[in-house]
Parts: sequence; structure tokens; C-alpha cells
Amino acid sequence: MNAIYRLEKLKKEYEQRNIVDIDELEIRAGEILALVGPSGAGKSTLLRLLNFLETPTSGKIVYQDQSVNGYLSIDTRRQVTTVFQRPILLRASVRANVAYGLGLRGKPSDGRIDEMLARVGLEKLMNAPAHKLSGGEMQRVALARALVIDPQVLLLDEPTANLDPYNVGLIEEIVREQNRTRQITIVLVTHNVFQAKRLADRVGLMLGGRLVEVKKTVEFFDAPSDPRTTAFVRGEMVY
Amino acid sequence: MDELVQGFTQAIQLIFSFDPALYEIIFLSLRVSGTALALSVVIGVPVGAALGLSRLRLRGLVTALLYTGMGLPPVVVGLFVYLMLSRSGPFGGLSWLFSPTAMVVAQVIIAFPLVAGLTMTTVQGVDPALRLQVRSLGATRWQETWAVLREARIGVIAAIVAAFGSIISEVGAVMLVGGNIDGKTRVLTTAIVLNTRTGEFVLALALGVILLMLAFIANVAMLQLQRRAGD
Repeated sequence: MNAIYRLEKLKKEYEQRNIVDIDELEIRAGEILALVGPSGAGKSTLLRLLNFLETPTSGKIVYQDQSVNGYLSIDTRRQVTTVFQRPILLRASVRANVAYGLGLRGKPSDGRIDEMLARVGLEKLMNAPAHKLSGGEMQRVALARALVIDPQVLLLDEPTANLDPYNVGLIEEIVREQNRTRQITIVLVTHNVFQAKRLADRVGLMLGGRLVEVKKTVEFFDAPSDPRTTAFVRGEMVY
Repeated sequence: MDELVQGFTQAIQLIFSFDPALYEIIFLSLRVSGTALALSVVIGVPVGAALGLSRLRLRGLVTALLYTGMGLPPVVVGLFVYLMLSRSGPFGGLSWLFSPTAMVVAQVIIAFPLVAGLTMTTVQGVDPALRLQVRSLGATRWQETWAVLREARIGVIAAIVAAFGSIISEVGAVMLVGGNIDGKTRVLTTAIVLNTRTGEFVLALALGVILLMLAFIANVAMLQLQRRAGD
């Protein structure tokens, strides 16, 4: 698989503190890469960097063979989107929320929206005010809104934290299906190692902004190279 | 109490008498305050949004100035505009003094800080994560600003309501710069002052009731908009 992202000596500092400090990482086109680690490990900041929402303090992000440290066209920027842990919906109907990204691109809100709403099980609520939905429903709206714009890369920042098992199952199923049928590259940040195991092709552990190791999922859990990974997957690290 | 009842009764009679002089006063009041409000919204909403979204170092100072402007006494504004537009003033050549245009200028100065200041506050109150989310969905800077303004629309409508209330009911500035000229610059508030001074209390009260009715109708319309925006 080709690399869709290449990170080289990437650093992001806030108030002279290293939040992200990654020597090297390749994210392959069409894979699901899960990043696990305790709170404050820099996972969410890394996602914001990958979504071009923040600029690195130093180092390089290469996206589709194009260095993104300088100017990045809006068309390229629009290939990547994020579903955040807390769904931020517009004060509008469910349908209008899902249509939002298409509207930004000047694309018509055709059958794709109905199709996507049906896929996330919200077709009956399409005219309901989005801010009055339950947490799980809101997260499904956020996922539908991200998928309907047909991104090349989908970044998921703890998308199922605090959700009930039904919503967790449904969201995981849709993520897996979209990755397989549309070859969307997915980077999933999660605290939940079991979720990483269920969904990812590769898993990486982040600690203190650094990437401890990245391995194929089976190897990451069964034969990790680093003792910190062994400890983490055993649940020995309390966070 | 009798005068109040009489005032109310006469207000109803006046409305249905279709007296052209009265309707001229009503329409001029609406034209002056409506134009001033429209201009204040066109300038004030973008300025308020820009201030609310920016991280300018001088934002604290600008905010303090805007908040001070929100409490400007209309009569002081009237005096300032009077001096600017009088023959010896820098804009005397425009010959706007004692015209509806001068009244609009004065009311814009009163309404602008309210619209800009309250818009700024309401924009600052929008969840900062929304900007990140819409940018992540591919919004340009302008689309991002528009999304924030849309989310803040209930507060923006409240700002417009507050500004309209302050200018439709203000008398000091329009009296000074308009001169309360019959058939030219007389509006409801200045007509109320004139009738009170001449002892025509019932007529003054009737005009007051009409003014209140207009403000009530405008506010109901704005509230409807606000309610729809909140759904």
C-alpha cells in the first residue's frame, strides 16, 4: 500500500512543552490505523495536525506526496475530515447538518444524504432539530456528515467514548464497512484497546507525544517489541 | 388615570382617523429608525463578528470603547452630530443639519455600538470547537465566520432588537439634529415632547401609545424570527 501521509521529525509544542514529537510515521492509503495511549499522550493534537487544523512547530507532514507545511489548496484540505469525541452539530435539522459539508463544496444535496441517513439509522429523524438528539444519535449525525462528503481520509477522535453498546457497535460497523467498500483511510484515536483490536489493521502506542511503536494489530497485541506496549495492553498503565 | 384612559382611547381614534399628518410622523419615525437600524446592522454585525473571532491585541481597548458607546447619552450624540454638521463644522457643506439624514446619522451612532458590541459578545459565546469542526469539514475562512454567525443568530437578533428599541424611543439626538420641524423632521418622540410642552397631554399620551404599539409590533416580529432561529 502507498503512504498517504508521511511524518518526518514532526513536533508540536505548546508553551515550550512537546505535545507531539514523532520521528517518523507512514500512514498507508486505505488502512485503519488506531492510535492508543493515555490522556495527554498527544493523540488528538496529532489528529488536528493530520487534518491541517494546526501547523507543526517543526518537522514535516507530507500528504499525497505534497508537503503541507506551507500553502495547501482548499481542494486538498477538503479530502480530510474529523469526527470529534464530542459531536459539534449546527443548530439546524439533522438533514441540514448532514448536508453541511456538501453545501460548502457547492455540491447538491442529492440522494446521498438520504442514503447516508438510512445507513446510520436516522432517516426518521431527518427533520428533527439536531441539538435535541441523544448523544449516540448526535455522534451518528456527525459520522454521516463526515462520510457524505466522500473523504479520502477520515480521522476519528474517540468517536464512541461515552456511548452505549448499541451505538458503539453501529458506529464500528459503519467505519469498517466504509473503509472496505470505499477504501477510506481511517486514523482512529481511542482509549479502548479492544476497539483498536476489533477495527484496526495497525495499532500504534503514543506516550508523552512520542510514538512508542506501530505494528500490525495481531503483532501489537501478541508480540509487542516495547515493554511499555506490553504493559499498556495488559492494562497495567493506569490513566 | 383618566388621562391615561383618554390617551389610549384617543390613540385608537387617531390611528383609525387616517390623519395624513399623523401618518407622516409615524412613517418618518419608521423611515429614520429603520434606515439607521439597517445601516447599523450592515456595519455592526460584521464588525462585531470580526472582533468576536479575532485575537487582536487591541481587542480589550476596542471592547471597552464599544461598551462605552453602548451607554452613550443620545443628547451627547446629538450635540456631537450637530457640531459636525453645523455650518462651521467639518461636514457643514453637506447641509444635512435639520434633515432626516442628520437624524439617521445620529441614530446610527447610537445603534452601532449596541449591534457591534452585543454581536461580539454573542459570537464569543459560540463553542470554539464549532470553528474547528466546520474547518475540518472544509469551510473557508468566510464560510467559518458565516457558520459562527448562524450559530449566534439568536443573540444577533437580540442585539438588533435592543438597538431598535433604543433608537425608536430616543428623543435627545433627533430633537437636536432634526429640529422637530413640522412636516419635515417631526417624529413620534419629538411630537410627544412638543405636545407635552404645550399642555396637550392627551395627544402626547396618544402618540406615546402609538410609539409603544410600533415598538411592540417590531419586537413581536423579531421574537418570531428568534424563535424560528432557535428551533
